[in-house]
Amino acid sequence: MDINATLIGQTIMFILFVWFCMRFIWPPITQSLEARRQQIADGLAQAERGKHDLELAAKRAGQVLTDARQQAAEILAQAERRATQLIEEAKGNAREEGERVLAASRAELEQQIYRAKEDLRQHVAELAVSGAEKILRREIDARAHADLLGTIQDQL
Amino acid sequence: MSVPNASEYIKHHMQHLVFGRLPDGALGLAHTPAEIAQMGFWSLNVDTLGVSLLLGIVFSCLFAHAARKAQTGVPTRFQNFVEWMIEFVDGSVRSSFMAKNDLVAPLALTIFCWIFLMNMMDLVPIDYIPGLAEWAGLPFFKLVPSTDPNATFGMAFAVFFLVLYYSIKIKGLGGFLGELTLQPFGKWGLPVNLILEVVNLISKPVSLSLRLFGNMYAGEMIFILIAALLPFWAQWVLSVPWAIFHLLIVTLQAFIFMVLTIVYLDMAYQEPH
Repeated sequence: MDINATLIGQTIMFILFVWFCMRFIWPPITQSLEARRQQIADGLAQAERGKHDLELAAKRAGQVLTDARQQAAEILAQAERRATQLIEEAKGNAREEGERVLAASRAELEQQIYRAKEDLRQHVAELAVSGAEKILRREIDARAHADLLGTIQDQL
Repeated sequence: MSVPNASEYIKHHMQHLVFGRLPDGALGLAHTPAEIAQMGFWSLNVDTLGVSLLLGIVFSCLFAHAARKAQTGVPTRFQNFVEWMIEFVDGSVRSSFMAKNDLVAPLALTIFCWIFLMNMMDLVPIDYIPGLAEWAGLPFFKLVPSTDPNATFGMAFAVFFLVLYYSIKIKGLGGFLGELTLQPFGKWGLPVNLILEVVNLISKPVSLSLRLFGNMYAGEMIFILIAALLPFWAQWVLSVPWAIFHLLIVTLQAFIFMVLTIVYLDMAYQEPH
């Protein structure tokens, strides 16, 4: 075992390497380790939050879906109701229209009947008057009996 | 190779490449064991210094590269490895070092990686590098720095100074001296206390460095013996199992050095009980 000045050299070298390690190796690596640890922790927390959000969103989506379905059913029911209503209305309208048309045509018919009766009456009156005239021409002055004839005509 | 002169071969492998003042007064590399012995304290083991410097730079550059590229996104494989190492060391420090200190964890990392790399040199086939050195004109070359007590004591002394520094910084000079002198037997047993506590204190760096040195030296010695005593075609029968077992020792010794450093520093922080 021969101790010589190498001892001093080795001690100095050792101190230098330790200093180098302490200055340039240890701090950056431990810092990056710590930073990565933090990053991973953040990431995990975020993932957890994301999962939670997803659950919430799924729940909300389900609710929205049910609402929509319900609404759709309502709308459908309403539309059906409206349709039957419309049909009923249309039926009513048609019936009314038909009755009106019927009434109108009946009225016209009556009017025509009345007019025909009127004409017929006129005609009969004229025929009666001309018959009477032919009879009376020989006996009565047309002028003297004009008002009489008029009243007869009115009465007919 | 089964060498004809095994003892010569083993001695050659145990010699460091030493730089110092030669007998003729000039500075240079020692070429014989006699020259090395004559150089005394003021000489340098060029191989230990060179290899440990190289390995230290390898460690620093790799980890500094990872540190510069450090990012919080998906890590590369290499970054993963470095981070795994860092977390392993950090876990060790957290489990045995209670106080707050920014030095201890990087210190432990450096110790572990550096010693691990130095120990790993033991697994390089033992004739490669000395053969290469011979070809390059160097008389000796001992590849494994941790089989050089200079390297292990160098680190242990640095750790020891830190222990002393933190002991005095945390407890004050008075507190530290009190710890040395006033326990375990109270103030009337002061001389005994002093002897016990000083032995206790000194044994820390000595055991730290000798444990590592002894393990690696023995491991290296077994590789050398295998290479020296068996014919080349039979060496694998022993050297492969030993290398596999040695892998365990390599890692374990680096780990023990690191853990004991942490523990000693933790003790420096603790109040006397």
